Amino acid sequence: MSLRTWRLLVNATMLTLTGVCTVVTVAVLFVILGLLLYHGASSLSVHFFTQLPKPTGEIGGGMANAIVGSAEIVGVAALIGIPIGFIAGIYLSEYEDKRFGSVVRYVADLLNGVPSIIIGILAWGLIVLPTGHYSGLAGSVALSVMLIPIVTRQTEQFLREVPLSLREGALALGASKWKMIATVAVPAGSKGILTGMILGVARIAGESAPLLFTALGNQYWGGLTEPTATLPVMIYKLATSPYDDWNQLAWAAGLVLIGMVLTTNIIARMILSRGVSVPRG
Amino acid sequence: MASQAVAPAVDRKKYSETGDRIARFAALFFACVLLAIAVLLVEQLFVRSAPARSKLGFGFLTGTAWNPVTDDFGALPFVYGTVVTSLVGMLISVPMGLGAAIFLSELAPAKISNGLTFVIELLAAIPSVIYGLLAIFTLVPLMRTYIEPFLKHSIGQVPVIGDLFTGPAYGVGYLTAGMVLAVMTIPFVISVSRESLLAVPREQREAALALGATRWETTWQIVVPYAKLGILGSVFLGLARALGETMAVTMVIGNAPAVHASLLAPGYTIAAVIANEFAEAGGKIHPAALIELGLILFFLTIVINGFARIMIVATTSKGSKRQ
Repeated sequence: MSLRTWRLLVNATMLTLTGVCTVVTVAVLFVILGLLLYHGASSLSVHFFTQLPKPTGEIGGGMANAIVGSAEIVGVAALIGIPIGFIAGIYLSEYEDKRFGSVVRYVADLLNGVPSIIIGILAWGLIVLPTGHYSGLAGSVALSVMLIPIVTRQTEQFLREVPLSLREGALALGASKWKMIATVAVPAGSKGILTGMILGVARIAGESAPLLFTALGNQYWGGLTEPTATLPVMIYKLATSPYDDWNQLAWAAGLVLIGMVLTTNIIARMILSRGVSVPRG
Repeated sequence: MASQAVAPAVDRKKYSETGDRIARFAALFFACVLLAIAVLLVEQLFVRSAPARSKLGFGFLTGTAWNPVTDDFGALPFVYGTVVTSLVGMLISVPMGLGAAIFLSELAPAKISNGLTFVIELLAAIPSVIYGLLAIFTLVPLMRTYIEPFLKHSIGQVPVIGDLFTGPAYGVGYLTAGMVLAVMTIPFVISVSRESLLAVPREQREAALALGATRWETTWQIVVPYAKLGILGSVFLGLARALGETMAVTMVIGNAPAVHASLLAPGYTIAAVIANEFAEAGGKIHPAALIELGLILFFLTIVINGFARIMIVATTSKGSKRQ
């Protein structure tokens, strides 16, 4: 074989392999969705959304408490996390003084990379231990700690994409800086910022590790001051239980959870791609 | 607003200056909240693990016992399991991810590349408990009945390397956990590597192609080395994710606090033992020992993440400067 044929052969082989890598990776997503649909759809019924879990041995039962619990805990986490993250993001993009700003940015990235289970330890030490019991609120605090750095960095990123000329225009017309931020910069970057917030909330909605020993779990309704069931933690408990009907319920819950997370993700990205308010790239 | 318009110019300036000062202060305050969270995190990890540190000392790091009844704790099996599963995961996800990133940045037309990248990013959005659910009911039986027996009878017979594939096929263990981690880290490797590759100036490729290099030679000898820091950054980013990954690993690692050379054996990771035992940990030393494990994991991920950031920043700023 001549050198030239060899080189062309290597070229074709390796390029095909890169394509194979891509196809395999993309296929994984569809395999996951297919498996969840196949196993989960059959156990999904109205009861799943309206009933409390039944004790072992009794047929049926649903996860109404876990769905409501997740909504409560994630909702409160968003109420705490989004304003803090948003304003901290404004600081980084608009008010930053060089040295302190880079410290804050570094810390945000650092918090973003901290394993979620360790965030759970933080919330346990700050809330569960002093109050003496597990509670939905502790879960919300844990999730908000995860949400804050995400929202901060997203807000900063999209505010930075707002062209300088827009800001200068507002300032030249006599607007004060905070007015320029509130009426020009933030609205111009709002689609990206909103997308970042939605994606952040979708991400914490799927978290279970930080809730294991903060919100714990509950066979009944729970609430912010009591242990509360959440969808992800329920999936973990049902999937690792030895009972077949519980495992079935775990599949159904998995299908519901992934349905919510993927829908939110797709909607968020559609908001971003459809008529972005700021020219990108 | 109308009243402002007629107000004297001086007052108006004063008004906006006060507003600016308040806004600036508020923004600074919330930025400080972020710092406070980080400080609290470190403080809590240190304070809450103090009982274990004072009782067990440095022996904790090298100990292999894990006995809550006698308050005898050692971190080694967990650190070992965390590192081994993450390395197995990266060994699979880095070649796969780099391959896919090359395809997406060098070969695929922009439209297809963006579409596929979107799908891959969705993969990153899947909650880890879902990966665990799928792994328990599909991957574990598959490993137990087909893959692990096959590995034992093929590579397991080779001297030295074969030691990694011995023992009974449980289905759960280091290898299974590593495979789940591979799937979970691939999206990170792909998206950061792809961006680094896209940041390589076009002239570099054109020059190589003009000299007669094939598409693959251009990619492998010119483009990839140019973006190597960013790619390495993506590897470290994935590694940091893998080290801290909890739910999916907890569900397939086998929960055996021991050090095994065989990848087929069940093990334990730091995150998994915290997830399993923390809510039920009684006494003083047991929870503190778990938190000390958390402290080890925290430092591990911070160092790895730090490396990742430095490398990613270095490549992306380099690329944009030359463009």
